[in-house]
Amino acid sequence: MSWIAKGIVNRTDHRLSMMLAVLSAGAALLLTLIVLFLIKESWPFLSSRWHSGSWFDWLQYQGWYPQENRFGMAPMLLASLAVTLGALIVALPVGLASAIYLQFYANPKVARTFRLLLTLLAGVPSVVFGLWGLTRIVPLIALWQPPGASLLAAILVLSLMVLPTIALTSAAALASVSGELLHGGIALGMRRKTQILHIMLPAARSNIFGGVLLATARALGETMAVLMVAGNVVQFPAGLFDPVRVLTANIALEMSYAMGDHRASLFASGLLLTAMVWLLSWGSYRVTRNGREAGQYG
Amino acid sequence: MRVRDLEVGYGDKTVLSQVSLDIYKGCITALIGPSGCGKTSFLSTLNRLTDHSDARVAGQILFDGQDLLRDSVDTLGLRRRIGMIFQRPNPFPLSIRRNLELPLKEHGIRDRQVRYRKIEKVLKDVGLWEEVSDRLDASALALSGGQQQRLCIARALVLEPEVLLMDEPCSALDPISSGIVEELILRLRGRYTVVIVTHNLAQARRVANYAGFFWMTERVGKLIEFGLCRHLFEAPRHALTAAYVSGARG
Repeated sequence: MSWIAKGIVNRTDHRLSMMLAVLSAGAALLLTLIVLFLIKESWPFLSSRWHSGSWFDWLQYQGWYPQENRFGMAPMLLASLAVTLGALIVALPVGLASAIYLQFYANPKVARTFRLLLTLLAGVPSVVFGLWGLTRIVPLIALWQPPGASLLAAILVLSLMVLPTIALTSAAALASVSGELLHGGIALGMRRKTQILHIMLPAARSNIFGGVLLATARALGETMAVLMVAGNVVQFPAGLFDPVRVLTANIALEMSYAMGDHRASLFASGLLLTAMVWLLSWGSYRVTRNGREAGQYG
Repeated sequence: MRVRDLEVGYGDKTVLSQVSLDIYKGCITALIGPSGCGKTSFLSTLNRLTDHSDARVAGQILFDGQDLLRDSVDTLGLRRRIGMIFQRPNPFPLSIRRNLELPLKEHGIRDRQVRYRKIEKVLKDVGLWEEVSDRLDASALALSGGQQQRLCIARALVLEPEVLLMDEPCSALDPISSGIVEELILRLRGRYTVVIVTHNLAQARRVANYAGFFWMTERVGKLIEFGLCRHLFEAPRHALTAAYVSGARG
């Protein structure tokens, strides 16, 4: 009897694995097609760089004047990086503190509610964050330093958006540290502060870093909320209160009417963003994997 | 150390009851018995590690004239005097030096030179100095299992405790490392009071002065017999002990 049953199991198993293989191959294919499409659409822009031999002229500042064939992306790239970095500087301490509180201080009931709130915060659509920023944060900053729509507004809104990612991944990273380490610290008469700062955080650091890289990728790719509060003036940000335009917002703002080289340049900036986000995700994957291999015992 | 009528439970389940025994200064006391009869629970009441689980502990443990189960006891100070070694080596994911420096700093030893002297001394004590003195700043996780366990023993010894609790310190090690750690435990005899939980009867016999035999009766762990190690193995008073040490039961 048993060999018959085994045969049936093997056959359904085979069918299932084939199906899964086709599906995952499909997903991979789609991804490849999207990148190919990006490359194809940005080709006029890329090939003109190729012919003129000035590959990186878009990094030299000659202004963003698409009509005059001047595609200086540097201010927008820099604005993207400044917004992302700023958001991380705000969200990292708060997120890490939340994770430590969740993991070591909150009683189970409070922790559950707090975790739920963070998860809900992660699920708020970015346009809603944008609306809130536009009607609350921007006027507030305008009272102090007009016009209000600025690098600072973008940083504040974006930091709130990446906070749940940082808090939840850091909490998971701390939770995955072996309890044996914690007991080791306790048995040596260490205070809780020392256990957390000198044992748990170092043990979880690579997984925390992986979460931060994911948050960075999200911040870099965020479009709508930033577009609504950043003011969208193409310029090098000289201060926190200057309006800036980030790369993603630029694509969203101009795609509807762009043609020719202008359109291609927008695709090229999309390609650049994709490459940056992929690099970050790959980095995140690498550090978390290394963390698992080196850091914790089972 | 005098333990009187100790009872440990989790929730409404009692895992250990009516344990009374004396732990003699400078001697090695081995606790033997099958898995799950409360030996580890017993051990972790002695440094109040049970505070960090949902365990209930009742009874009395007199240490230096004080009941260390009382709420008013300074557990951080207590754990400086009573160190613990776990079944699986658990070095912190830091450098070898930092592993030993961290507890010293925590207990207020500010002078770096003093710390370094203590670290060198304790590493020599556990026989790691020759093996690691040239790579003190390398990660402790790069050490072998046996070296890690000796580092953990060094980490406990660096605080100069009076008592050392060991929860099956050799069971996760290969035979050679296990032998090295056992020799180290023997060298500690006389200088420290050691309480060691072990499944390895031969090991208990080789290292211990006193031995206690735990057994489950009616689903509750009990101390069946306690006395000189030699007596327990050669002339057990209790039939269960005799059966266990001869390998007939357990």
